[in-house]
Amino acid sequence: MLEQSYYDKTDEIIARHGAAKKSLIPVIQDIQAEYRYLPPELLSYVAKKLNIGEAKAYSVATFYENFSFEAKGKYIIRVCDGTACHVRKSTAILNKLREELGLSSEKHTTDDMMFTLETVSCLGACGLAPAMTVNDTVHPAMTPEKVTELIQKLRNGEEV
Amino acid sequence: MRIASREDLKRAAGLAAEDMKSQTKRILICAGTGCLAGGSEKIYQKLKKMAEDSENVEVEFGPEIAHVGVKQSGCHGFCEMGPLVRIEPSNYLYIKVKEEDCEEIFQESILNDRPVERLLYELDGVRYREQESIPFYARQTRQVLKNCGHIDAENIGEYLAVGGYRALEKALFEMQPQEVIQVVLDSNLRGRGGGGFQTGYKWKQVARQEEKIRYVVCNGDEGDPGAFMDRSVMEGDPHKMIEGMIIAGYAVSAQEGYIYVRAEYPLAIRRLKVAIAQAEEAGLLGENIMGSGYSFTIHINRGAGAFVCGEGSALTASIEGERGMPRTKPPRTVEQGLFGKPTVLNNVETYANVPMIVLNGAEWYHRLGTETSPGTKAFALTGSVKNTGLIEVPMGTTLREIVYDIGGGVKGDVPFKAVQIGGPSGGCLVTSNLDVRLDFDSLKKLGAMIGSGGLVVMDENTCMVEVARFFMNFTQNESCGKCVPCREGTRRMLEILEDIVAGKGTLEQLDILQELGEAITDTALCGLGKSAALPVLSTLKNFREEYLEHVVEKRCKTGTCQALKRYVIDPSKCKGCSKCARNCPVHAISGKVKEPFTIDTAVCIKCGACMDNCAFGAIYTEN
Repeated sequence: MLEQSYYDKTDEIIARHGAAKKSLIPVIQDIQAEYRYLPPELLSYVAKKLNIGEAKAYSVATFYENFSFEAKGKYIIRVCDGTACHVRKSTAILNKLREELGLSSEKHTTDDMMFTLETVSCLGACGLAPAMTVNDTVHPAMTPEKVTELIQKLRNGEEV
Repeated sequence: MRIASREDLKRAAGLAAEDMKSQTKRILICAGTGCLAGGSEKIYQKLKKMAEDSENVEVEFGPEIAHVGVKQSGCHGFCEMGPLVRIEPSNYLYIKVKEEDCEEIFQESILNDRPVERLLYELDGVRYREQESIPFYARQTRQVLKNCGHIDAENIGEYLAVGGYRALEKALFEMQPQEVIQVVLDSNLRGRGGGGFQTGYKWKQVARQEEKIRYVVCNGDEGDPGAFMDRSVMEGDPHKMIEGMIIAGYAVSAQEGYIYVRAEYPLAIRRLKVAIAQAEEAGLLGENIMGSGYSFTIHINRGAGAFVCGEGSALTASIEGERGMPRTKPPRTVEQGLFGKPTVLNNVETYANVPMIVLNGAEWYHRLGTETSPGTKAFALTGSVKNTGLIEVPMGTTLREIVYDIGGGVKGDVPFKAVQIGGPSGGCLVTSNLDVRLDFDSLKKLGAMIGSGGLVVMDENTCMVEVARFFMNFTQNESCGKCVPCREGTRRMLEILEDIVAGKGTLEQLDILQELGEAITDTALCGLGKSAALPVLSTLKNFREEYLEHVVEKRCKTGTCQALKRYVIDPSKCKGCSKCARNCPVHAISGKVKEPFTIDTAVCIKCGACMDNCAFGAIYTEN
């Protein structure tokens, strides 16, 4: 059971978008932005408030890649694997990150809840390939060495 | 001020223009996604502070006093050289600017009117002072991107000063809705999102529906990997696209508009929000626009990470709060689109073309481009090319001009191999296609498509089979699962391609790949599925020998396919220490201590452990 504050926050978000069916996606996007994931309890709650079947709401939330029912780390790292980044060797960046963070294609979040590692098909920052983002800040022209440096900085709590 | 009449617009534009003119010098710091990532925000803050602190210059004291304008602009397009700083009126363009360069820039170019030579672009011993003289820019025709990099993207005044919203004024006060549709029809503006469908025809269809509730939707879900044209327009000149949407709304008598932007573009979303708020406040959007009696509102919807939402019916489903899955047509979007109502659906670049067509007329528009594809097209030029970035050229420009004259040729001067055009829905163009004119019809004949405009240059070191696998993996991941050909077919094709790059492919599989590809193209439900096989079919046609090398000789001459690499020990360097043999997880290495060891390639799993651990650098790979 989630704390009451979660439901209050959700009410606030619903009020902002209006309790209509078309608000489902914007509402759960804002919930995810707030908590860095979509607590399943809140999805059920939203469905009830918007008068949508729970199964329907679930089918929508699972369709879109951005929604996650699992809690994510403090830093969400997205490695671009778009065409331009791919031909400029983004795979080496991904492998280095996995090595540094002890993550794999199955395990996306570190146990200390510090880092979540994802790939994204294109950030549109193709001129800076290979690129990656840390919580929406773009880091251009990455190299495996720069990855090590960046992770070190994040671990030390430095601003990047 | 609120613009409540035509006279108000004229006055507001005049004031804004005066304000711009009274800026004796303007410093424009690129704040596109690319340059921001390179640190342009800090450069902006620093230059702004310097201007404020300097005793000799005034900053932003209003139009009555001459002052220096320090502005954040949209993308200049020359992303490879970012962060970029432009100085007006001398038009100097400084490249790869760092924070520590700011003082020199300010001292020299603002206070003393001289260029900072070392920050200018240089090519083949020639240094270019003015931005417009740099070959990358000189060969382009910037119409849609005209304001990108030249005005402050978060200031409606600057858009008004360069003639913004005058096309809307003309449409609202001098033209009937059907006249607006006619001029767009006559211009033969074709959808820039990839389909190339006539925009005016869509509008006409919507306008003649009986249903009176109608919508205008803008597709800003630019999902093709390697494409960022629409992002740059939304970030750099958002009002142009908004103006185009309002004109479309007026033409088809719609009351509401929706912009669907992919979630990966946070900056575009922010700038659009700012632009919409400013336009509403100025009376250019919302109730009774410019006092004309016409009302129109615009909402923004963020995507949630589904590529298929770039397809029209999937996009409208997503706005409605549904799973973004395409549906069978008819009924078409123009008849039953968003919320089941008649809907105009165009992409960002298409709407950005509309104001200039309305303002200058259809005949003017036909002066650029080809007979059947008039106007210009923006392309995102990326991959193995010297000048990556955003470009705009007239339709019908050849690939050679784009890659060599504007792009500066292949990076590292390696031989050119191919250009992948149109992303996962497109095909590849090879050396023999370099002189093909890029327009909707010429490309269709070649089995490729202009797509949204991503051009990824590939050189000799790119493995085309791997590229085909990469695109198939992308499409497979993004397949929504509704129709069988796409859901199952792309998966089977991906499996075969994975086999081939892993050295397990057979000749028979090549035939199956071809057959499956053709079947999916013929039978899939939506545009995503119908074009999913194109990258494979196109590489099979143009690079069959590369597929054969992978399948028959088990060789990838570019060295890209890891599984086809052969690890070899150089006997002249090997000291026979046996460390590699001890590290090998499959015992593929054998030999006598103090004599050169050997690797049994049949057993080797190509993990690379031996190479990483060799203290003498004796192990290398052969392609």
